[in-house]
Amino acid sequence: MFETRPSSVQHPTEHRFNPYEMNGGTIVGVAGEDFAVVASDTRLSEGYSILSRDNPHLYQVLPKTVMGSVGFHGDCITFNKTLQIRLRMYEYENNKKASTPAVAQLVSTMLYSRRFFPYYVNTIIAGLTNDGQGCVYSYDPVGSYEREVYRAGGSSAALIQPLLDSQLGQKNQGSFELNRSYTVKMSKEEVVALVKDIYTSATERDIYTGDAVFINVITKDGVVTEHFKLRRD
Amino acid sequence: MEHPKQQTQNPMVTGTSVLGIQFDGGVLIAADLLGSYGSMAQMRQLQRVFKVNEKTVIGASGDYSDYQFLLEKIMQKVNQDNCLNDGYVYKPKQLFSWCTRVLYNRRSNFDPLWNRLVIAGLENEQPFLGCVDLLGNAYQAPCMATGYGNYLAVPIMREFLEKHNNRITEAQARDVIDRCMKLLYYRDGRAYDKYSIAIVTREGSRVEECKELQTNWSVASQISSYD
Amino acid sequence: MSGLIKEPEVGGFSFENCKRNEYLMTKGGFTVPKAIKTGTTIAGVIFKDGVVLGADTRATDGNIVAEKNCHKIHYIAPNIYCCGAGTAADTEYTTRMVASQLELHRLNSGRQVRVVSANRLLRQYLFRYQGHVSAALVLGGVDINGPYLGSIHPHGSSDRLPYVTMGSGSLAAMAVFEDRYKPDMSEEEAKELVADGIRAGIFNDLGSGSNVDLCVITKDRAEMIRPYHVANERGVKQGNYLYKRETTQVLKKFEKKVHYEVMSTNVKEIRPAAETMEIA
Repeated sequence: MFETRPSSVQHPTEHRFNPYEMNGGTIVGVAGEDFAVVASDTRLSEGYSILSRDNPHLYQVLPKTVMGSVGFHGDCITFNKTLQIRLRMYEYENNKKASTPAVAQLVSTMLYSRRFFPYYVNTIIAGLTNDGQGCVYSYDPVGSYEREVYRAGGSSAALIQPLLDSQLGQKNQGSFELNRSYTVKMSKEEVVALVKDIYTSATERDIYTGDAVFINVITKDGVVTEHFKLRRD
Repeated sequence: MEHPKQQTQNPMVTGTSVLGIQFDGGVLIAADLLGSYGSMAQMRQLQRVFKVNEKTVIGASGDYSDYQFLLEKIMQKVNQDNCLNDGYVYKPKQLFSWCTRVLYNRRSNFDPLWNRLVIAGLENEQPFLGCVDLLGNAYQAPCMATGYGNYLAVPIMREFLEKHNNRITEAQARDVIDRCMKLLYYRDGRAYDKYSIAIVTREGSRVEECKELQTNWSVASQISSYD
Repeated sequence: MSGLIKEPEVGGFSFENCKRNEYLMTKGGFTVPKAIKTGTTIAGVIFKDGVVLGADTRATDGNIVAEKNCHKIHYIAPNIYCCGAGTAADTEYTTRMVASQLELHRLNSGRQVRVVSANRLLRQYLFRYQGHVSAALVLGGVDINGPYLGSIHPHGSSDRLPYVTMGSGSLAAMAVFEDRYKPDMSEEEAKELVADGIRAGIFNDLGSGSNVDLCVITKDRAEMIRPYHVANERGVKQGNYLYKRETTQVLKKFEKKVHYEVMSTNVKEIRPAAETMEIA
């Protein structure tokens, strides 16, 4: 329908146009024993301007699976849209909804399918495993992924991840025991309070994070969303 | 020797800012009537806001030929809607989503439509205002502007909306848009003092006759020298 | 002199190092150390009997806020102040140097310095460096000729206007001024207008943030108001993040005796310090 130019089989094509952009935003995921928390700020920016103060980077892909996705916003929304379609196909073909680990594998496959023209996105998937444990998966833009206890992504990731290592991972605080658990030993109230503090602090020092934070708490009963205001400068 | 094929064109005839703002029971968008050819003010009666149907209007900045191309496709679809006569029409969200996909696909083929679109309308009686750019980046907001308007008009519109708790009347929206178009004319070198408004309310949508800005250049007399 | 060493050229200004640096950057893979930029909103307005200058207080280093409450309104003379945007060090040192030159000028002439002198010194200095000293300035003051307000660009051009803005938030602030400026405002009106302009920058430009600083200059006084308005309150933390004692694990301990001999002893009376301590 949009083929307006002859195909470029014979001629080399000159690419000068930059198809990517960074639109800011920060996401955080934490896996608890019977819950998972995933949070994001609501600022969408472009260069030095704010496009929207009310654009959370969270996408509920299934009733109990939430994806946080930041980077190039055009890729984020496209990836989300494609993922939702793939999950619908999964449901029709298998007569059940995909589990969070299944979604996690699908996301990886989809990201890798664009290995040489990547989706410029940082992704976190949060949900529950088949036996009801909280789980968080994090990805690089081309689909390398890992199940993790906690993870920060996006513009403030480098500020937040060390704090999570200290507060949730108890790193460098005396114990040399390797933590083999996939969850933190905290209540969801404690995790939510920590996430709020993390965002108030990140907003102080990262210009691409701010306005408000959406916190999604996923339990066996579904997703509860909490809203928390941040500074707007 | 064959020249490399250049898929990415530069914008030729361009339009500058489009402004959009929601109000109680509706939404309006505005754009001036200037078509610039580089730094030349070439066309001075160029409509950049259009009525899609009774629920939806669209405006665009950037390359005008790309916009016309896209509009043609949209109008074909609207025509089809009308011919089917099944009561179904494109609602703003659907058009917004469709435009996002088209622009994203074009950027993915390294052949972008060099535009930033503003799509406005009523979606289930609620005002809708969305923006899509040439990269396929899309977002919604209670007020927005493209081009220089993003730097100059948005601060004024946001301040105004915040002061009134995001609930303003149509008259207030018209007033703030007029003020913004004026300061864009003062400070955007590609702006013009004639503009038109497209508005959607429960009564339907329409593109209004062009307005001329009442400008004030009295500060010029205060400027004596550069030091 | 022989031809072994290149004679220094007489007159003019050498940009050899700029060319060298550019070469090193493109061919040599050398990266120039990054300077902190104050992505900034600065502005000024002339009112009935003086000038109001304003600035935000954020300094950025890439996407990181380097300083949350920095000074951007610099002293030039008792009757002249100057807001700076651009590379923090350049604005600081340029204004300081001009302030010093003008003070010498005042001592030599025995007169209050004029704002045009500050303007000329600044723009001639900036022009000499062809934009490599990246200072974008808003200069304001009151002298024998009345209030003065102008802007100076990094390449050395200057502008004299009744209302000016500079920095990455200049468009947001200018939008407010174009919308609401009127001639012969009262001091309070002018202060609110400038503050509104700076706030527009703070909230809409990511390079600007934190507080609004103002400086009001009239015939008889210059007043720095810092902060004029705390536009953003810091969020209150809910948790406590102090580490417990002995969080840092002691891996091993050892003792080592230091041998010493007493060479002499000395008894000294210690007086209470209260009387002698004074804080200027």
